Amino acid sequence: MGTGDIFGMPTAHILASAMGGIRTAGDLVAWMQMTRKMKIDEAKTYVADKLGIDVIALTDEEIMRQVREDLDIGIITSVSGSAKGIVAKWKIAELLDIEINSVNLLKSKLGI
Amino acid sequence: MTNKIMCRMGDGERVWLPSEQVKEDILRGTQDAAERAHIPELTSEDGERLFDIIADPSKVVSVEPGEEVIVTDDAASMLFYADQENSGQGIPMSRTQSLLAYERACAADTISIGHTDYSYKQVKPIINYETQEYYNASQVTTAPFFYGSQPNMGLYFQPDGPYPNPAELLPEGKISQALEAQEIALEHLADDLVYIGKRMNAVGCEGFNFDTAASAGDADFKATLKAVSKLKEVAPGMSIEVGMSSEFVMGMHGDMTYNGKRLAGLYPHEQVKVVEEAGADIFGPAINVNTSESIPWNLSRAVTFVKATVAVAEIPVHPNVGMGVCGVPMFEVPPVDAVTRASKSLVQIGKADGL
Repeated sequence: MGTGDIFGMPTAHILASAMGGIRTAGDLVAWMQMTRKMKIDEAKTYVADKLGIDVIALTDEEIMRQVREDLDIGIITSVSGSAKGIVAKWKIAELLDIEINSVNLLKSKLGI
Repeated sequence: MTNKIMCRMGDGERVWLPSEQVKEDILRGTQDAAERAHIPELTSEDGERLFDIIADPSKVVSVEPGEEVIVTDDAASMLFYADQENSGQGIPMSRTQSLLAYERACAADTISIGHTDYSYKQVKPIINYETQEYYNASQVTTAPFFYGSQPNMGLYFQPDGPYPNPAELLPEGKISQALEAQEIALEHLADDLVYIGKRMNAVGCEGFNFDTAASAGDADFKATLKAVSKLKEVAPGMSIEVGMSSEFVMGMHGDMTYNGKRLAGLYPHEQVKVVEEAGADIFGPAINVNTSESIPWNLSRAVTFVKATVAVAEIPVHPNVGMGVCGVPMFEVPPVDAVTRASKSLVQIGKADGL
């Protein structure tokens, strides 16, 4: 992305053009670009298909909050006992049928 | 002032320009990019759309629902705790705290950390510390997590590094010595990049970012490409992003090639092809900003380069949009009116896959 103060640069871009990270489906679409080199439209379609929702819903907080809570793949607010961090990433890897390095390391430590 | 449009200059200064001048600057900007890189100019429809984005009376503009893209960054979370040199705000937070704040308070699509100096040469002596920081943070963060720094081959030359400095040798006419110094330094740099990448991969690194590649010219770029290729072989599960330092690869050596392709002089639509060949997953073009020209001129130019790059790219393209590149003013507190106009234009007209 680049540099500049946190409000003027990354936060401004996030509000103007980004998907919303774990508030919505931003992290899920990003995984597809990183692991499968997918361009943005292909990545969105892939994730929407896996979630069983329309592409336009990927950035709809009202829909994605419930989807993430139901799948227990990490939500933006803190709920004790809900999946976050490496547990959420493990579930995301299974959901999207992708390999995530950090998850694979944990699996190898567990002998899985 | 009512018939004029609020704009910025490349250095961030606010100016009010007549609409005719804004349109003229958009035209001159795209013509400049097209002429330099032998790429198509923006269409008249693109130019009109860019004018509408720039002339929008709102302070903050955005893409439409459904058009959103992914943001990747070069240690943006560092901005919380770093000092002014990194545009940081000096908040006493740990690196992991800043990552979690960036993930959960700023809702970033991806997150990243890197060495405060942000050069891989500085990472090598403290690699154990960096792998530990990355590993610990990776257990509690949910968003895709990159480790990043700059190849920055300049640090391998005297007085900062072991090799004679080409910037001193070339003016003295010592051409062969300058070339040899770069050839040796690039091998050293590539070895260091692979070493660090392998160590990060060993702790489950999800993404590895080569930021500001080619800052020392074509040899710096070659070292990066060699490292990407090797890491994709030994660490195929670690995603790799390559972000550039400028729109044009400087020929500090001149004869550097990658798989037969001469690297000096490559523009973004050509850079992306060698980056793809090396095996990278995401490419970040960087289009220079001219501080003496208006943002309409700079943004038109950046969108022209990015559109041509996306058109030929087979991997996602995330233009660099920090201060001083891709139409964002060269000012460390980037005005949000200018930043959001760059953001919207690069996505809607440039068709970027991310930023």
